Parts: sequence; C-alpha cells; structure tokens
Amino acid sequence: MNYLQDILTFLPGIIVAVTGLIVILLSAFKKSADTAYYTVLTGTAIASVVALQALFGETGISFSGMIAYGGVSAFGAFVVLLGTLFSLLIGKGYFKNADLHSADVYGMIMFGTVGMLGLTASNDLITLFISLETMSICLYVMAGLFKNEKFGAEAALKYFLLGAFSTGFLLYGIALIYGATGQMNLPEIAAVAEPTPLFLAGTALLLIGIFFKIAAVPFHMWTPDVYEGTPTPLTAYMATASKSATFVAFIFVVSRMLPLVDLEIWTNAIQVIAVITMIAGNLIALAQDNVKRMLAYSSIAHAGYLLVGIAAGSVAGYSGVLYYLFAYTIMNVGAFGVVAYYERNHGHDFTRIESYAGLGFKMPAMGVALSVFLFSLAGIPPMIGFFGKYYVFAAAVQAGLIPLVIVGVLASAASVYYYLRVMVYLYFKEAHKEYTLFTPGALFKITIVLLAILTVYYGVEPILPFNGLMELITSYYSGV
Amino acid sequence: MEFLLNLTIYFPLAGVLAFLFFRNDNAVKWISLIVTTITFLLSLPLFFGFDIAGSSVPQYVTEGLAIFPAMDVKYLVGLDGLSLLLFMLTTLFGPIVVLASWNSINKSLIGYYSMLLILQTASLGVFAALDLVVFYVFFELSLIPMYFLIGIWGGSDRIRATVKFFIYTLVGSLIMLVALLYLGFHAGAATEAYTFTSDWRFISGPEYTIGLVEQTWMFLAFALAFCIKVPLFPFHTWLPYAHTEAPTAGSVVLAAIMLKLGTYGLVRICMPIFPNAFAEFAPFMAVLAVIGIVYGALVAMVQKDMKRLVAYSSVSHLGFVVLGIFAFNTIAVQGAIIQMVNHGLSTGALFLLVGMIYDRRHTREIADYGGIAKVMPVMATLFLISSLASIGLPGLNGFIGEFLILNGSFSSELYSNKTFAVIATTGVILAAVYMLWLYQRLMLGPITKEENNSLTDLNKREIGLLVPLIIFMVWIGIRPVDYTKYSEEWVENFITVSEEKGLMVLQNTEFESLPDWTAALYKQPSQSWIVDGYSPADKQNP
Repeated sequence: MNYLQDILTFLPGIIVAVTGLIVILLSAFKKSADTAYYTVLTGTAIASVVALQALFGETGISFSGMIAYGGVSAFGAFVVLLGTLFSLLIGKGYFKNADLHSADVYGMIMFGTVGMLGLTASNDLITLFISLETMSICLYVMAGLFKNEKFGAEAALKYFLLGAFSTGFLLYGIALIYGATGQMNLPEIAAVAEPTPLFLAGTALLLIGIFFKIAAVPFHMWTPDVYEGTPTPLTAYMATASKSATFVAFIFVVSRMLPLVDLEIWTNAIQVIAVITMIAGNLIALAQDNVKRMLAYSSIAHAGYLLVGIAAGSVAGYSGVLYYLFAYTIMNVGAFGVVAYYERNHGHDFTRIESYAGLGFKMPAMGVALSVFLFSLAGIPPMIGFFGKYYVFAAAVQAGLIPLVIVGVLASAASVYYYLRVMVYLYFKEAHKEYTLFTPGALFKITIVLLAILTVYYGVEPILPFNGLMELITSYYSGV
Repeated sequence: MEFLLNLTIYFPLAGVLAFLFFRNDNAVKWISLIVTTITFLLSLPLFFGFDIAGSSVPQYVTEGLAIFPAMDVKYLVGLDGLSLLLFMLTTLFGPIVVLASWNSINKSLIGYYSMLLILQTASLGVFAALDLVVFYVFFELSLIPMYFLIGIWGGSDRIRATVKFFIYTLVGSLIMLVALLYLGFHAGAATEAYTFTSDWRFISGPEYTIGLVEQTWMFLAFALAFCIKVPLFPFHTWLPYAHTEAPTAGSVVLAAIMLKLGTYGLVRICMPIFPNAFAEFAPFMAVLAVIGIVYGALVAMVQKDMKRLVAYSSVSHLGFVVLGIFAFNTIAVQGAIIQMVNHGLSTGALFLLVGMIYDRRHTREIADYGGIAKVMPVMATLFLISSLASIGLPGLNGFIGEFLILNGSFSSELYSNKTFAVIATTGVILAAVYMLWLYQRLMLGPITKEENNSLTDLNKREIGLLVPLIIFMVWIGIRPVDYTKYSEEWVENFITVSEEKGLMVLQNTEFESLPDWTAALYKQPSQSWIVDGYSPADKQNP
C-alpha cells in the first residue's frame, strides 16, 4: 500500500492542518498576529488551488476506504476552502477591532477547516464522526470568542450543550448501524443493510445528528443565538463552510449508504423536515429586527431549500445541492462581510436594522454589494442564488415533488420581504442620526467587490453560450 | 443582424459601465441620453430589415449551447411578429424617459440613470427571449430597477408602494416558475433527446401537445403571473400605488412597457402552448377583463389625484387588451397587439404630461388646477391630443385598437356571446367621460388659483420628447396597416396552430380516464372546436 499516495489524496486537508500547526508555533515564538494572519491566508489559498485542481482530477477511495477523493468530495472541499478563504479575507479588520486578531483564533479556524475537509471526504462513519467533532469543537470555541459579553457566553454555552447532545444522537446512531450491519464503510453498509428496526433506528438517529448540524427545524434552536453572538466573519464561516461540509456528508450518507434500503421512508422524512424548515425559517426571519439574526433564520430557510434537493434523491437533486452550496457560500459570505463592515463602524448594536437607515448612500460600493447579495439570497435572477434554487427545485419537480416545490417557492416569496426590508432601510429611509462610515481597507473592498461580481457572473453563466460549473458537477455522477 | 440584436439589448449596460468613470451629474445625464439614443438607432435596422411575410418565424436568432447535454436551457433570443413592435416601443421610450427626468431628478443621479438603463436592457431582453428560462430571468430582472426607482425617487408613500409592487409580482412569477419547470420536463420528455427543454419554438410548435389535466394547472399558473403583471381585475391593487408614487419616468416605463410584459406573456405563452385551457377559460377571463374595463373606468372617474386617475385608466385599457387576446380570432388578437403599443404611447404621454405639470406645481390634486390652458397653450394642446388618443377618437391610434378588439370580441367563437363586447363598449364611453372631465378641470375655465398664473409653458426639451409620441399616435390612427402588418402572419399562424393542437388533444383524450373536474370542464368544448369538426358526442360513443 502506498501511503504517500493516500496522503496526496487528502492534500488540501494536510496543507490546512500543517498551516494550523505552524500558526500555533508562531504564537509560541511570539511572532506578530499579522504574520499568523498572512500564513493562514497563504495556507488556505494554496489548499484552495490544490482543491481546484482536484476538481478535474480522478476519483477514488484511499486510506482503506475511509476517505473518498475527487468528484463530489473535491467539489465539497473546494467550496469549504472558498468559504474559509473569503471569511478570512473579510475578517481581518473586524478581528483587529474586536481584539481577536491573534494566532490562536486563526489556528482554530484552520483546525475547524480540517474537520470540514474530512467531512467532505468521508466514506466511512468513523471519518464522518471524527471530522464532525473536530469541526464542532472548533466552532464551539469560536462561538465563545466574545467571552466577556453576555451574548458571547450565551452563544458558546448553548451551542456546546445542544451540540454535545446531538453528537450523542449521532454516535448512538452509528453504533446501532454498526450493530445492524457490522460495517462502518458507507458503500459496504449499503451492500449488506436490511431494513431492520435496528438499522432504521440507527439511521434515524444519525440523520437527527446531521439535521442538528445543518440547523433544520425542529433542531435549529441554537442557530440564531449562536450566529448573533459569534464574531460576524466567523458567523459567515459557520454558516457557509460548516454547512457546506455537513451537507456534502449528508449527500454521501443518503446516496452511498441508503440508496438500496427502502429509500421512500427517508425521502418522506426529509420532505417533511424540508417543509417545516422552509416555512418556520422564513416566517421567523420575517419578524427579526437584527440583521445578523435575520441572516441566521434565513440560513435555516436555505437549509430547507437544500433539503428539497436531497429529498429529490436523484443525480439532478444532489448536483443542485452542490451548486447551491457554492452559490450560498459566495453570497452569504458577501452579505455577512458587509454586515461586519457596518458593525465595525459602530459596534455590536449596529446590526439592528434601524441603524442601517440611509447607509446605502454613504459608501455606495458597500450598499450596492449588499443589495446584490440580498437579491441573490432572495433568489431573484440574474444572481447566482436564483440558479441555485432553480436547479434544486427543477430536480424536485422532475422527481414529482410538486407540492414541496410550491411550498418552496411560496416560502421564498415570503423571504423576499425581509431581504427587501434591509434595502428599504439602506436606501429608502432617511437616517435619524448622521452616521459616518470609514473607508474600508483595499483587501476588504476587493474581496466584497469580487464576491459581488461572482454573484452576478454565475447568475448569468448558465445561460451564456459557454458554460461549465453545472456541467462539471453533473459529470461527477456520470461515471458512477 | 444577430449581433445587432444582442448589441441593442445590452448596449444600455455600456452606459452603466461608463458611470464608473464619469461621475459628474451633467456627464451622467448626457451619457444616458446618448446611450439610449444609440440603442434606438441600433434597433432601427432590425425594424426595417424585418421579413414581414415570415413574421411567425423568429428572426435574428442567436442560439447558445444547452446548460448541459441533457437540459435544453440556453441563451436564445430573436424577434418575431409579436415582439417586434413592443421591442421598438421599448427602444423608443429609452431617450424619452431620460429626457423626461432631465431636471426633475436631483438625488443620486448615477443610481437613477443606472436603474433606467438596466430596466431598458431587462425589458428588451424579455421581448427578445425565446427560451422560457431566459424569459423568466429577464422578467424578474425588470423588477429590481423598478423597485429602486419607486423606492428611492418616488413620492411620500413610496416604501409601501414599492414593496407591495415587488411582492405582488414576485408571488405570481414564482408560481409561474413551478409551472415552467414542470412544462420544461414535460416538453423535454416529448423531445426524446433531452430531459428538459424550454425552447419556445419547440413548445409552441405544432408537434408538441399537453394533456388536459396538466394543461389546466400550467395555464392557471402562467395566467396568474401574467394577470398580476397586466394587472387584470382583481389583481390590480398594486398598480395605483406603484404608479402614483413612482417618479414620472418610472410611471412611464411601468405603463408603457412593464404592464405589457403581462399581456405579451398571455399571447406568447398561454395562447399557443395551452390551447384547450386557453379556450375553456376564455369566457371567464373575458368576465374579469370586462369587469376591469368598467370598474377601472368608474374608479378613474372619481379620483382626485390626476396620476391615480391615469393609473386606473390603465386598468381599464388593459382590460380591452385581455378581452382581445382571449377572443382568439385574428382581428381581436391583432387589435390586442396594436392596442398594447397604443396604450404605451398614449398613457406614456399622459404620464409624461402629468409629470411636467407636477414638476411646476408639485401637486397632483386636480382641484389645485383649473384654466391653465390660458397660461400653457402648448401643454393643453398636447394633453388634449393624448387624451383623445387614449379615449379612442377615430383618427388617432386608440380607436384602431379598441375597434379591432370590440369587433373581434363581437364575433368571437370562444365567447359565443355578444354581451362582453357590448359591456366593454361602455368602457369607451366612460373613458371619454373621465378623460374629458379631467381635461376640463385642469385646462378650461378661469384660473382659480393664484399660483397657476405664473406657470410657464413647455420648453423645447419637453415638447421634443412628446412630439415623437404624438406623431406615432396620428400615424397609427391614420394608417394602422403600416404597423399591424408586422404581426398579421404571426397571429394567423399561431391561431391555426393552436386550434389544431387543441383539436388533437381533444381527439386523443380518453375522457373516462380523466378526473371528474377535468372531464366536466372539457366535455362541453368551446364553439370553435365544434366548428372545426369535432363533436364531443363522437368521443363519448365510439
């Protein structure tokens, strides 16, 4: 067995892990936080480039079947790294301001990312569990970074307690599945599994653990407080990278472990969860006055749309979900980035929607970018968010889930109201008090503009004469 | 020429890019004017080079590659007899709305003119799109600039108006999206080469038919979206708010172009794709259209705000267009198409004129005026011509459209009932009442208010931007055939295709296997199928 070959298949993860270790060492040698920041940035960028290459590389399994590489895994890894990279890029000024600009924080981000990359590569329940835990523990720490504030402590404690609880479910589920099948490897489970009560119970518990991580209703209770209490760039990181990683693992579970075993019952369960997630997420988001909280509930709603694609249970559905994750990462990091920028001007309370009155005209580039991201989140063409929804819903229509799609489009119609509301404040309302906004740094500005351009570019790319992204994603399934 | 069509659609965006480099207020205005004028000039060769005899086949077609091999969604634009005039109307209004905003907009000019230009591209895209997904993308894109135009540069109650407008239209179009996806898969299955297709040329073509149950649901979903956009009674409630609060240019684009997206969609999609449902629901739609005509006119009559009055008159006029479309014969549909253009010209002109008065006095209350023809003779004249065109005075364009529509509805086989045409005719009379009364209250009599003595008449810019509209009102009024000829072949062809498709579906349907409600709905098919030799009795007793 060629171990070096195996390691190369998980190269992005190795790079990120080594970067994390280097950063921790740097802090031991009392290097400046700037050095740590740029090391992390470089490491993530290199890993992203490696992951980008892997998109077009071969697929297979390594580490005795524990790890899957190439294809969907490569795409998942790329999206996760993209989310990490952009969250870091938008975060520097914010971290400095909040006294979080330190090697420890950056190291933690790296280790969390290793966990996520492991999730996107998991071909085995053990890999899945260890990766999920690696990721979660880092996220618990991040949720508590505002350790002297009430909301920071609340976020961390809530996240940790509920997270540990859900991990229990997950682990118990894995144990039951092992008991029923004697296997840990996803395809091997699929090969021998029978729909026995033991196996069904195990799968149900496993799915509950996953639903918790993706914040599907009714397992979403932690989300708003955690998102609100976490430093905003890290909220973006949580909402995009960790969600993408978990969804990729979810796809593996349903497509590699469950397909041969009585799929109907799971599609029905996922459909029910999708419906209540979309409805509850959007309805509660309607009532939010805090933009960060609103984005938290909207991320719950987006998990609902993603579940529609999974419920479709087809190649088109899974491809749609992957495309949606890419879309969601770009637009959501962008939205959180601008929110972080406004917040950085005037403190934590400046995420309340009233404080946005008239800000759109103050720094036009930021206002326009935020509008682009919000329109995209609302699923209005020609933004990337529209095609994300389009692919997911199209797959569901093809699978005959029309009622589900109707709920989905009505829910997203409702969602438009709260996204528009932010723009109403940005542009239509007069400011009660004159706020000034400082000019953001060049790196931050370029990142936000780049994200806005990507949002629009991928919103028209599908109908351009040349096209690639969706074709690439579907091609992953053509050989299988 | 294919390239020229694409250039025309996207050229307005060049203006938006230019704003990145020229941020001076004057430069922004001039760039917008030049860009929209060039767009109009670019579109002229498309108009003059159009093959009238083959207007049912899209011309200047650009076809992209499919999204991926199994899905036939692609960039597909072209012009045919149905879209050509509306496309030209849109390019014509480009420079006019820029000129109309010249002095009345003083807040964030770059944003304002960017929105106008993006709106121009979106509207041109909708009319040129021949792939339903591309159509949907442009259809939705047009909402965003209008949302900001009303929300930022609108009147005092603008936020409520713009949010209502946005959500109302969006709900309709999202439901349409579900139907569109279903239609795409259904049509894809029929091609055998794809799993999904949204190529309008195939879907509207004679080879592709849809079963009665699916047709009914999809028709209702598409029709709902378009009826909200038109807006047809009882979906019209967003319109008065949006029109009243929008800045002048916003109202003009909304009335002249965006409302047409609804009626255009009914002709482009509902008529050729869902012929049976179209025919069965025609009387029902006609009832709504007639209610809209009379109700819109009656409500317009009692308005105190002149912009609201013109807005309600739109509800009434678009009722005529819908009535014409569902009458489903060449005369009426031709009338509906030319009436879309007419309404754009006359209502567009009225909104411009109302905006000009408003710029001077900053009030829209009719009671604040009176006798201003004495101080503004040119304005009064142009206002009178536009009002008369809107009423439908013979010799002006409105008459042509309304006459064709009423004539066609009178003999419509689908309505098989002359009541619709008769009641709709009262709409013409009511139109004369509210428009002439408005004219009298604004223009005639002694000047009652002191402030009105000092009003200045229209300047050269204002006259200049109205003159082209007046010319077309007269031209269409006198020689309508110069314009109706473009769509004639299209209408005849698609009415035939759609009748044949409908007949084919009825003949291939096993009524016993249908759900009860569908069987009940289609068992007594409309008059036209019977005329064409189809008898439901044969079907039931084989």
